[in-house]
Amino acid sequence: MKYNQLSIIDARELLKKNEVTSLDLTKDCLEAISTLEPKLNAFVSVFKAEAEAAAKIADKNLKSGIWTFETHPLAGIPIALKDNFATAGMKTTASSKVLDTFYPPYDSTVVRKLKEAGAIIIGKTNMDAWAHGSSTETSDYGSTKNPYDVGRLAGGSSGGSAAAVASHEVIAAIGSETAGSIRQPASWCGVVGMKPTYGRVSRYGVVAMGSSLDSPGPMTKTVADSALLLSVIAGVDTKDATTSPTPVPNYLQELKGSSISGLRIGIPKEYFLKDAQPGINELIIKASKDLESKGAKLIEISLLDPKYSIADYTIIQRAEVSSNLARYTGVRYGGGRELLGPEAKRRIMLGTYALSSGYYDAYYKKGEAVRQLLKEDFSRVFETVDIILAPTAPTTSLPIGASEDSAMFGELADVLVEASSLAGLTGINIPVGFVGALPVGMQLIGRHFAESTVLSAAHAYEQSVNWKDNH
Amino acid sequence: MTPKKLILTDDAFATLTKQANVFLSSEEAASIKNQLSEALNAVSVLKELPTDKVGKLSSASGLNNVLRDDVVQPSLTQEEALSNASVTHDGYFVVNSVFESQDN
Repeated sequence: MKYNQLSIIDARELLKKNEVTSLDLTKDCLEAISTLEPKLNAFVSVFKAEAEAAAKIADKNLKSGIWTFETHPLAGIPIALKDNFATAGMKTTASSKVLDTFYPPYDSTVVRKLKEAGAIIIGKTNMDAWAHGSSTETSDYGSTKNPYDVGRLAGGSSGGSAAAVASHEVIAAIGSETAGSIRQPASWCGVVGMKPTYGRVSRYGVVAMGSSLDSPGPMTKTVADSALLLSVIAGVDTKDATTSPTPVPNYLQELKGSSISGLRIGIPKEYFLKDAQPGINELIIKASKDLESKGAKLIEISLLDPKYSIADYTIIQRAEVSSNLARYTGVRYGGGRELLGPEAKRRIMLGTYALSSGYYDAYYKKGEAVRQLLKEDFSRVFETVDIILAPTAPTTSLPIGASEDSAMFGELADVLVEASSLAGLTGINIPVGFVGALPVGMQLIGRHFAESTVLSAAHAYEQSVNWKDNH
Repeated sequence: MTPKKLILTDDAFATLTKQANVFLSSEEAASIKNQLSEALNAVSVLKELPTDKVGKLSSASGLNNVLRDDVVQPSLTQEEALSNASVTHDGYFVVNSVFESQDN
């Protein structure tokens, strides 16, 4: 077996038993990357020499006992990072040519925590430029292809991380979600994608997109891996004032012995779109029945029509993009504004319009009010249910080129995940089967800081069903 | 009743381009102008939702006025801070002049 195919948990077991070294894991990942990249284009940068050197240090420290998996829960595990996480001395482009020369002088908090936990940073993954998109087609370094069909998209914006995990180029990866950018590519690539509550994971050193929404999170092969990674990267950070002082549980420990017996699962009828691709809603209903057979209780609920969240997200996010990129000058780092791509320019302009005098009340202020409505809508539903279950996306992966003709492509691909992002909730995508040869994902949405509940339900599903058998 | 379609005028688009501080080729300008009108029409669906009686949500975290003690923390050195700048002078960033020269 090639070691790149392992999950984090399994790789740790082999490392503990001295049956594998971090260098073995790292070399197999690097070999898979070198074989698959010409087809997938999931990476913007690969740090071969640095990763091998770090793996040798991890092996030495594990052997001597300086590191244990208690002190260093990710000791020797190769991990890929979406290219919007600042990595000290390593190129960080956010897949925009504007930042092609940017070598950050510091690590983002997520990267610092991963390194402190002993992880090996193997490379940086492709994404939509500045995270502006849901396809990776706006990347200035070319689209990432879906490992299940290289004529199709990986989704986005964390498409590179999703494809890298799905194809076993890495053991696990980190992505970031503003509204859908972890869950939607995870759905299209058949991996687990965990979007934490806003404020659970620090945004410090993450290239900003929509600052009131941006949430870094794990993209993994299993739910347990997401639980482990989340415990490492979550927590309050003095460098990001929006991070919450709510204590971080040991999510992996909480999975063990957790039960979904009596868990109240809300099924929102508005999220089973009539024009969803045939087969998707049926697979999600089947998955909900699987959870019911494990003791969960299914309750039909009603939420605001997701079409409103598309409109609301468009206003809020474009306004925040405009505000963030208005400050970008190219003086302190990177190239000039003339290098901005068409999608960034579109978003900056729409946001500028929504924030401009005379239109502010009609667009931005209205957007903030609707956002409050969306939050209240979820709060009302969470009085009677513990989690919400729905399809993650209304289609499976679309063909390369699909995003190019529509200014609203991303919003339509992310129609079912935007409301929960605007409300700042946590959610997860887990694969539940295939329509044709392409994976389908189910999302579970939880209350603020209810990551443990969401992970437990996802874990219960994963343990009881072999999703690859569902066609 | 068909809702009135919002279309950006050339003047409004030119002003917006300037405010947004972006550079557009004539081809890009034409396509972005249409797409902006399309997007503005799409978001007008929010008018259907009455919001007179709800507050505004600008932060989902519920935290506000998060402060820290005003104590100097370790930070980047001047050299590190300047390390990515394309033009520096005597330990400073060089920026474009803001004011036009009096000769113009």
